[in-house]
Amino acid sequence: MTAKKKKKREGGEFNNGLEPVIYLLPFVIGLLIFTVYPIINVVLMSFKEGYRLSGSFTGIGLKNYTQVLGDKNFANAVRNTFIYVFSVVPIATVLAVIIANLLNQKIKAMALFQTAYFLPMVTSSIAVGLSWRYMFNTQFGVINWLLGVFGAGPIDWLGATGGQAPYNIFVIIIFGIWNMLPFTIILLLSGLQNIDPMYYTAAKVDGADSGMIFRRITVPLLLPTIFLTMIINMISSFKVYNEVIPFWSGKAGALSNNLYTMVYYIKETFYSKLRLGNAAAASIVLFLIIFVFTMLQKWVQKKFDY
Amino acid sequence: MQVRIEHLTKKFGDAVAVSDFSMNFDDGKLVALLGPSGCGKSTTLNMLSGILPVTSGKIYFDDDDVTNTPPQDRGVGICFQNYALYPHMSVLENIAFPLEIKKVPKEERLAKAREMAKLVHVDMLLDRKPKELSGGQQQRVAIARALIKTPRLLLLDEPLSNLDARLRLEMREEIRRIQQETGVTTIFVTHDQEEAMSICDKIVLMKDGYLQQEDKPQTLYDDPHNLFVANFLGNPPINNLYGTIQNGRFVLEDGSASIKIDNPNAKEGEKVVMGIRAESVTISKSGDHDFEAVIKQRYTMGKEELAFLNIGNQVIRVYLSSDYTYDVGEKVFLNLRQKGVFLFDQETGERI
Repeated sequence: MTAKKKKKREGGEFNNGLEPVIYLLPFVIGLLIFTVYPIINVVLMSFKEGYRLSGSFTGIGLKNYTQVLGDKNFANAVRNTFIYVFSVVPIATVLAVIIANLLNQKIKAMALFQTAYFLPMVTSSIAVGLSWRYMFNTQFGVINWLLGVFGAGPIDWLGATGGQAPYNIFVIIIFGIWNMLPFTIILLLSGLQNIDPMYYTAAKVDGADSGMIFRRITVPLLLPTIFLTMIINMISSFKVYNEVIPFWSGKAGALSNNLYTMVYYIKETFYSKLRLGNAAAASIVLFLIIFVFTMLQKWVQKKFDY
Repeated sequence: MQVRIEHLTKKFGDAVAVSDFSMNFDDGKLVALLGPSGCGKSTTLNMLSGILPVTSGKIYFDDDDVTNTPPQDRGVGICFQNYALYPHMSVLENIAFPLEIKKVPKEERLAKAREMAKLVHVDMLLDRKPKELSGGQQQRVAIARALIKTPRLLLLDEPLSNLDARLRLEMREEIRRIQQETGVTTIFVTHDQEEAMSICDKIVLMKDGYLQQEDKPQTLYDDPHNLFVANFLGNPPINNLYGTIQNGRFVLEDGSASIKIDNPNAKEGEKVVMGIRAESVTISKSGDHDFEAVIKQRYTMGKEELAFLNIGNQVIRVYLSSDYTYDVGEKVFLNLRQKGVFLFDQETGERI
């Protein structure tokens, strides 16, 4: 019967070669137009010197790259982005592991806690950022008020004095951590729930206390998930942009450009300065940085694959 | 160490898992808790380990009342059904982990772990991760981990259920060997009667939370207290015939055949179940006999021959001696042996 059925299919109006192509076509066309073409175009653009929106250019070479790499604004953007990524991702990961573990217990009012922790995920980061802007306000903000309770501060989070704005970056780091937590917690919670409770029972019967279990069993078994979240979070953090926008009315920091991030730099170069080739080259540099760090993490992750 | 349980009861809500269970587990013996699934054997094991609190009753380890002692203070080693080996630790680390918890210095605990690995024959696998081990090897590691604390009591939960048939034979011998080498009192849970029969000093048979019978394996087989025990043990399973006692004979319910019986306790007119083990019948072509039957089917099984016989409208399964050959459809005469023939009350299932 199977043979007969097969034969009928083969003898149908569409031959095997064409039929699947037709099914795939709508998706493939979309992919080509909206993903593949722009990527190729950006790569090409980054090598075209004096590129204009009209499509004209004056030459082909590495001038865009040398200009970008020589730009002190770009260097600043890279520095800020690295500070952001390497403070937000580790801190958010550690906090998320702790919170996920707490949320994984059977406690009362769990729904309330879960809602509270997952709130940032369902809200617009720009909108919430605006309310954070008030929380960071030097005179009236709740954060400085809290610091005042402990006898510290006030800190000029959002402002600048004497051409220096050292606290600006802490604003986006704190806000970035807050933004990153819910998604990370959700992934880690599912990772925790995949750990066979038998391991805990076995350890408890042998007398392990909760600290020992957390350190020697929970964390090692959660490591694959932790690495997964770190890769995802690192990629998204390298592209930090939304977190900068709400605090200085669209500017990057109190000094207008002291808080350039790489994506912010790309956007400025493209839209404000209309240096399209430079923007493309900066995009490629960002891509390469992300690529290298992702590969590095994947390599480390393999060592923890049980 | 001797383990004594008294009136042990466990309820989950309204469901009674173990009911008024009392018995002694003798020092240094290997005892099987045997029964079908849901009989309360694993629940009993978990109460002995302390993983589950008891609803009522007492547990004594020698003279210590450990009923409310937490698991880690009971000095029990547990080998879980799925082994629960930590996947991120090597074999050596897994075995040493109970000592790591106890903060035994590293050199000392690794030396002890190596010793244990040697005992269970995994000393060439020390650096492997659990997923690189076969089922039998994982089992060995789990036993080593359970033994490293030199527990007073070793508990094994369905230790062989995850293994294939061949490994099962091998591992049950190994469990016996390890138990005898260490002399630790061992209780293991199983639903496989053959497993229990083959290696245990004693079998505790349970059903629906109640203790049915506890005895040496052979005694349990030769002298079952009730129909459940008789049915649970033995392969092929014992034949059950339903009928009544009339004029000193067992008569099938539909009157289609009768069997001469030799049981002074059988009361005239009583409704009984007759249990006949497959090997408890001798066959002949003529002469004195307890009952007659017709050969329905024969299966040669190497050294012996299994036959299905029609007795009246019932079918029984017996081993035939291979001195004669019998044809299908032939009428034969059968005698019952002393051993392996039982009468049970139809109502209560109790042995008569």
